[in-house]
Amino acid sequence: MSELATPAPVDVHARQVRKFKLQDMLFHQVTLLFAFIVLAALAGILVSLAIEAMPALKQFGAAFLWSNVWNVPEERFGALSAIYGTVVTSVIALIIAVPVSFGIALFLTETCPVWLRRPLGTAIELLAGVPSIIYGIWGLFVFAPLFAEHVQPTLQAFFDGVPVIGGWFAGPPIGIGILTAGIVLSLMVIPFVASVMRDVFETVPPPLKESAYGVGCTTWEVVVNVVLPYTRVGVIGGIMLGLGRALGETMAVTFVIGNANRIVGSLFAPGTSIAATLANEFGEADPGLHISSLFALGLVLFIITFVVLAISRWLIQRGVAKQGK
Amino acid sequence: MKLYSRRILTNRIGIALSMIAMAFGLAALMWILWTLFSNGFAALSWDFFTQDTPAPGSEGGGLRNAIVGSLMIIGVTTLVSTPIGILAGIYLAEFGATSRFAATTRFVTDIMLSAPSIVVGLFVYALVVATLGGFSGWSGSLALSLIAIPVVVRTTENMLLLVPTALREAAFAVGAPRWQVSLKVTLRAVKAGVVTGVLLAIARITGETAPLLFTALNNQFFSTDMSQPMGNLPVVIYQFAMSPYDNWVSLAWGGALLIALLVLAINIIARVLFRKKSTA
Amino acid sequence: MSAPQQTADGDAILKVRDLNFFYGDFRGLTNVSLDIAKSRVTAFIGPSGCGKSTLLRTFNRMYDLYPGQRAEGQINFHGNNLLDKKQDVNLVRAKIGMVFQKPTPFPMTIYENIAFGVRLYEKMPKSEMDDRVEWALRKAAIWEETKDKLQQSGLSLSGGQQQRLCIARTIAVKPEIVLLDEPTSALDPISTAKIEELINELKDDYTIAIVTHNMQQAARISDFTAFMYLGELIEFGKTDTLFIKPKQKQTEDYITGRFG
Repeated sequence: MSELATPAPVDVHARQVRKFKLQDMLFHQVTLLFAFIVLAALAGILVSLAIEAMPALKQFGAAFLWSNVWNVPEERFGALSAIYGTVVTSVIALIIAVPVSFGIALFLTETCPVWLRRPLGTAIELLAGVPSIIYGIWGLFVFAPLFAEHVQPTLQAFFDGVPVIGGWFAGPPIGIGILTAGIVLSLMVIPFVASVMRDVFETVPPPLKESAYGVGCTTWEVVVNVVLPYTRVGVIGGIMLGLGRALGETMAVTFVIGNANRIVGSLFAPGTSIAATLANEFGEADPGLHISSLFALGLVLFIITFVVLAISRWLIQRGVAKQGK
Repeated sequence: MKLYSRRILTNRIGIALSMIAMAFGLAALMWILWTLFSNGFAALSWDFFTQDTPAPGSEGGGLRNAIVGSLMIIGVTTLVSTPIGILAGIYLAEFGATSRFAATTRFVTDIMLSAPSIVVGLFVYALVVATLGGFSGWSGSLALSLIAIPVVVRTTENMLLLVPTALREAAFAVGAPRWQVSLKVTLRAVKAGVVTGVLLAIARITGETAPLLFTALNNQFFSTDMSQPMGNLPVVIYQFAMSPYDNWVSLAWGGALLIALLVLAINIIARVLFRKKSTA
Repeated sequence: MSAPQQTADGDAILKVRDLNFFYGDFRGLTNVSLDIAKSRVTAFIGPSGCGKSTLLRTFNRMYDLYPGQRAEGQINFHGNNLLDKKQDVNLVRAKIGMVFQKPTPFPMTIYENIAFGVRLYEKMPKSEMDDRVEWALRKAAIWEETKDKLQQSGLSLSGGQQQRLCIARTIAVKPEIVLLDEPTSALDPISTAKIEELINELKDDYTIAIVTHNMQQAARISDFTAFMYLGELIEFGKTDTLFIKPKQKQTEDYITGRFG
């Protein structure tokens, strides 16, 4: 020990302190700058879309939103058919995806044997990462032909003559169309919604569930009376997140929707969505009103998804905040 | 007793339905993967990796130009979005607890995580392609960066917020300035998590098609010039799959399989990496 | 109550006067005044939430990291008020080190854990740094266990070793005061005994302030003890006196185990 005598306390240099102050300030400013770049880029999207969409919006006014005309040669454009296709395919997707995802989440959190939970949960999460273009080509080459051959005629025969519903399934069974797009879309969003739902179900404190089981509730009763009320907000947030994904999805839809700019009552009929129209026409659009109208479509899509996603985020956060109490 | 048996029945039906949902979901997704694998493997060959995309209607050919183009675009995107994303994430975690600006940035990045990617393509088209006169690999990378950055920002911030307060305080307690605490202690403590975030971002952009349609466009010839239109897998898959030529369709399946395998591999690596770290 | 409670002997290195502390609107400390004697061990005891950790964290301005926390009053250190806005906090922390309840090794090698803090304020050649690392590890009585694995991660050590590594890291910077915030509460009895022994040896060179919820520990290792309750300093004096003949009823109740 003796060769290592205790050195005297160090004199801490004021210069070093000043240097640190400067470096810290620099550090703060640099990271701030990058955060600002991120914000500016993202805000820039909205602004640039609005600027590019201006000519079309000036020409057609607010009627752009509810006009059903999309005539390229005559340069008359309205967004209604694309908005209709976007909304209808997304609604179909959610009608299928929500119950299925709920079932999956329920299975994974409540009834699945413990040793299977992890692998199945991971499988669902990995599937959420599969690029949407793969759902698209699968829909085009595998699902649509089968659907046209086996499912569509059956549906038509079953609902033939039924008022309203019969009309949904009218027209030639060609496989591609609004309904097919909705179904393919639902398969794409199921892994997303199921993962979010499972995560929120897992936030239920075990003692809460245990006390419900303790008074003799069945699994189903625990889910309906404890888990769902407790996680309601988060579940709705997860559904909205799926809706946001479905509304803006391009590739899973473009392949199978049929790309026809019109509104037909039948779900078998080809239609289009905002994203599909953009993917199809933007590359070959002429400068001027056509391209500007496409930007206007993009703006409409951005605003719709922005609102949906903002609500979803708010709901999910509220769900999480409640859990924190 | 009648009430009791009805409750049991309801429970059984509910559980059965949840199992059916699970089976349905898994079956549908397995079906997709199975067709992908069977059609895709048929297309894979030596030529697939060494030949360029064939002319319409001709036989043979491969996706070499698209594979190289995709790798370059993804590489540049990763190089651009990683530092920007990490630094912005550090800002949100270190200085963003109370500021309004940080809350806004956080909100907007959250939205961008799920925003329609095709709109990002439109933006880059308006900002770069239309003004600088032409489609290019650079603009493709820019579009993909805008999709990757939010992923990196949010994972970085979330990871940094997981660092125990005591570790941060301990670093401050030896008299370290903030930047050293951040970069040398807390960031290093969550290195694995941040790398996971970057990997997830790469996985996310690997299959993105829509933003490339109006930015990188496509190029049927081999090119490594990022200032020119550039071949890339997603756009080639899109064009070939929609074409009437059997050879093109087959190549599209091969490309789709390649992308899916790549994405899956990255996701699995990210998971393994993160799990090893979090159990250590 | 607000009159300074002086220590009985020795030079005071920290003079706390009328210290008030706020978490937002909540008052965490009320009019605390006391002196910390140089080269002595001062222990802070009291029930959970009494403000003993809060008080310790004002000594190195740790509360500065959190908006909404603020301190009023005076803490005198070499003629400067530590609470002064102009006072550089990094400098304060280099002079007044701190060890935490849970071991907090940095995510680096054992060697780097020590060198990290030293390098902040001193430039020295590699050989001198090697000596400093060895010196600090020896001081913290962990040299024998670590000398062959200096390049391994600090996280590879056991909990008790990690805590001694943290003590080594703190003294390597050569602070004048070492603050210990319940340093043994996460450790097993053997590791605890080693750390207590270490504290005993360190007090020749450093002033030590330790927060503990373990009264026996305070009695064993400290020269002075402060008893705190509900954010106030109830009684402060020589450890022997305070434990054998407490002046205040509350102190007596606490140390005889009647509450808390």
